[in-house]
Formats: sequence, C-alpha cells, structure tokens
Amino acid sequence: MTFVSILSIFVLACFVGYYVVWSVTPALHTPLMAVTNAISSVIIVGALVASAAAAVPGAKWLGLLAVVLASVNIFGGFAVTERMLAMYKKKER
Amino acid sequence: MHEVAQSPWVALAYLIAGVCFILALRGLSSPATSRRGNRLGMAGMTIAVVTTLVTHEIASLPEILVAIAIGGGIGWVIARRIAMTAMPQLVAAFHSLVGLAAVLVGVAAFLNPTAFGIADTVVPLVGPSFASIHAASRIELILGVAIGAITFSGSVIAFLKLNGTMSGAAILLPQRHAINVGTAIAILFFAYQFFATQSPLDFWLVAALAFAIGFLLIIPIGGADMPVVVSMLNSYSGWAAAAMGFTLGNTAMIITGALVGSSGAILSYIMCRAMNRSFISVIAGGFGAVAGGGGGAAIDRPWKRGSAEDAAFLMKEAGQVVIVPGYGMAVAQAQHVLREMGDKLKHHGVRVKYAIHPVAGRMPGHMNVLLAEANVPYDEVFELEDINADFAQTDVAFVIGANDVTNPAAKTDKTSPIYGMPVLDVEKAGTVLFIKRSMGGVGYAGVDNELFYRDNTMMLLADAKKMVEEIVKALD
Repeated sequence: MTFVSILSIFVLACFVGYYVVWSVTPALHTPLMAVTNAISSVIIVGALVASAAAAVPGAKWLGLLAVVLASVNIFGGFAVTERMLAMYKKKER
Repeated sequence: MHEVAQSPWVALAYLIAGVCFILALRGLSSPATSRRGNRLGMAGMTIAVVTTLVTHEIASLPEILVAIAIGGGIGWVIARRIAMTAMPQLVAAFHSLVGLAAVLVGVAAFLNPTAFGIADTVVPLVGPSFASIHAASRIELILGVAIGAITFSGSVIAFLKLNGTMSGAAILLPQRHAINVGTAIAILFFAYQFFATQSPLDFWLVAALAFAIGFLLIIPIGGADMPVVVSMLNSYSGWAAAAMGFTLGNTAMIITGALVGSSGAILSYIMCRAMNRSFISVIAGGFGAVAGGGGGAAIDRPWKRGSAEDAAFLMKEAGQVVIVPGYGMAVAQAQHVLREMGDKLKHHGVRVKYAIHPVAGRMPGHMNVLLAEANVPYDEVFELEDINADFAQTDVAFVIGANDVTNPAAKTDKTSPIYGMPVLDVEKAGTVLFIKRSMGGVGYAGVDNELFYRDNTMMLLADAKKMVEEIVKALD
C-alpha cells in the first residue's frame, strides 16, 4: 500500500473514532478504557511478525516477549470488560 | 517489497478485524448492546492474529503458541481476580504493557527490518551488504518507539500512584518545565538524526529519553488528576499502535490506533472540562500541592452535626433521595452497603437516584462500575447534566465520599481555585446529608467547602461504610 492510501485510512478512522466515542454513554467509560486497551494490543500482529522470522535471533526473542505482553492485555482486557459489562443491569420490574 | 505475497484476502481480513473493533466501541453506546460489542472485539482480535499466523512463514509455531498461552493465562487470571475498586490501577498497568510491547516491536523491526518488509538490501561496492530502512518507515518506527516508551514509563508511574505504592501527592522537581522541554527537544533532535542516518545510537537515545520524559511528565501530577492522566495514556497507547500499523502497512492496526487514540483524547477532554481546567495546566502538574490558598479555611464557623438515626429518619420521610458518591466511597468500599440502604429506602416508598460527577473517582466512569458491581440498576444512575435540575425537587441529597464536586463556591466565588468547575447543585435539596471523616480535612483542591456551613446541611462525621451501616440498622 502506498503511504497516502494508508494515511487516508488513518485519517478517516480518526473521524470514525471521534463520532463513535462521543456516542459512548458516560456510564460505560471505564469499560471503554478497558476494551480500548484490549484492542490496542492488536500490536501483537507486529510482535508475531517479529517472532515468526528466525533470521535475527535477538529480534525474534523481543518479538516473543512482546507477544506475551500483548496477550496479557488481550485476554485480560477483554475478560475484565466482559466481567464489568455483565454487572450492568436494568431495574427489574 | 514485502517478502510474503499479499493476497487481497489478507488485506480484507485485516479490514474486517478493524470493522469489528469499530463495532466493539459502537456497542458501548448502551449497556444493552455492550456485551455483543465486546464479543465482536474478541472476534476481530482472533481474525487479526490468525490472519497474521497463516500468512507469514513461521520458523517455530510452538514458541509463539506458548508465548500466547503464558500471556493469556496471566491476563485471564488477573481479570478474574481483580477487585472493581482496583480498576484504575489495572487499566494503568495494562497501558504500560501496550507501551512496552510497542517498544519491543519497534526494536525488533529495527534489528530485523527485512522481516517487516520495510527495508531494501543495499550491496555497497566495498564492505558487507546492509538493510537500508525506507525513509517513511524510519519516521514511523522512531515515532512508535518514542510514544510506546512514554506510554510505558508514564503508565508505570500512574500505576504506582493509583495503587498507593507511591504517594499520590504531586512531586515537584525544581526547574521541571525546563527539564521537560530540554528532554523533548533532545528527543526531536535525535529522532531527526535517526531519520537522516539510521544510526543505532540515535535510535537508542530516543528510546531512553522517551522513557525518561514519560516518567518526568507524570510524577508532578497529583492523585485526583489521574482520570486525565489515565485517559491521556490510553490515547498514547493508541497512537503507538497506529505508528506500528503504518510501519507494517496493516489496516487493522491503523484503524485500532486511530480509534483508541481518539477515544483517549476525548476522555481527557471530557475530564478536563469537568474540572474546568485546561489540558496544559493538568499536564504541567502541581495542582493541589499548595493547600488552602483561596477561600480562607474558617473552620470555626457554625455547622450542624447529625447522627445515623437523624439521617435515617430524614430519608425515611423523604419523597426523593439523591445519593452523590465520590472517591471516598470507593476507598471505604461502601458501595454494597449503600445499595442496601437504597433498597431499604425504596421499601419505605422513597424514590432513590444516584448522581455521578464526571470526575468522581480516579478514572472516567469509575463510580458507575462500582455501583453496577453492587447491583444498582443503571437506570437509577444519572450524569451531572441529567440530574442537576432534579435537586430542587429532592428532599435529601446524600453525599458520600465526594467533596469538591459539590462545592457551591465553584459557582459564586471568583477567588476559589475551583471557580467555574461544573458542580452538582446538592445545596438546592431540602436537606444535605454529608458524610465526612472529620471537619478538619479539605478536599483535593485544598479549599474549604461552603456547603458544610449551610443551614440545610447536616454533617455525618464517621467512616463512610460504618455510617451507612448504622443508617441501614436505623432504617429497620
């Protein structure tokens, strides 16, 4: 992909983010932080690329360590969000 | 170019992952759709990881799977065990991991640029061949590493402060603004050097200085400003992911980075607005370090003290009670007994509502989660702008663990440090019941609260949890 097409995606995604986040109800701001945390660990993609390549051992081990860290975040982030969201209940009538 | 042939399906898969992440945030517009959103987020992550694994030539798959299992296991156990009151420090700790992962990925990409498809092999006439990283990739790489490092060290400090391991007070170094500006300029200089020469020394200097500035930026910020700090670090972790996404040309990472980046930025903005402070003044730090500047802490003014029985009697007879929780409720772990009190009042035919100020607690939405944990239905919980008009028709406002966010001086006293901050109009209620440990202490902003000395205010001096327990007993 050319730099400009990547940049276009980025800029448009910023606008999407702006409108989507403003529509999040303030009551769910803590789960919002937890889930954004989990999804920002999509950086694991870079970590996997680094650990997949064996040519430079140092880079591979750093990549594997990054995979561990990102996995803590992915599993922890989604699980804790799920746990929080399960607690939000409407009034029983 | 890239060593792995990129079929259009691969790009499509990452795009789908990105869309899943957008829908995950979109689901949070209402508690009813939020869990489906979270599942979509998990699906998106699975798609991204699986796509990466099947489209790259992997030297050793078991090692990677073990790494995922170790990290995943740790994360899952933490998520199960963590107390809801500890959520702010957990989020800060998670931010630090994203930051560190970004740094590690950046370093790995620097050490092995060919694997990331960001370099051309140059064979000079003399000497060994080397990988020359593309100019654009150098910028993205150094940006990603710098932002990741700031996120990491900043989040570690935020974690230590929120966890109480380190004092929550603002720590002010002499000449700190000069030090920060100097460090920032040095980072920019070495980043430019790296861009120009791809020299490893400049790369490491940028990383080291970025770690340092993350640390320097957060230590002067006090505990109650943490909602802004946590949101800001949230934003940084997003920008770090986006920078890495540019390096890899990966749509899922770029979309996610943009989403998380704007999410954190918007939350910081909301928090600053709720404190009527500029983002710059929060980041400059030191707020609340000098206590008792304006307002004059005249402790010897007359005030009324009430007992648990008085409070129970007043609330039992009320038509509507509005409960205003703050960080003190979280510290005292009083949310469960508070809900019990609400239930008892409902049995007496009282309408019970909860009023949440945006900066109550140590992170955005902190109070809402604690009340949800205690089984308070979310349709009884209201935000500031939705409930403020209600106080005039409220018989009793019950303030527990909040202080500055109820101070009427913010509306009237131009000399007060919190002047202009939106506050809950509790003083308009028939009676204000205010739980506080003692009359001596002041709120975070270091100002005395006008509210204590009003005719319609009754002070309940005790530990929040104990006082509510006694009220519950008196309600029987």
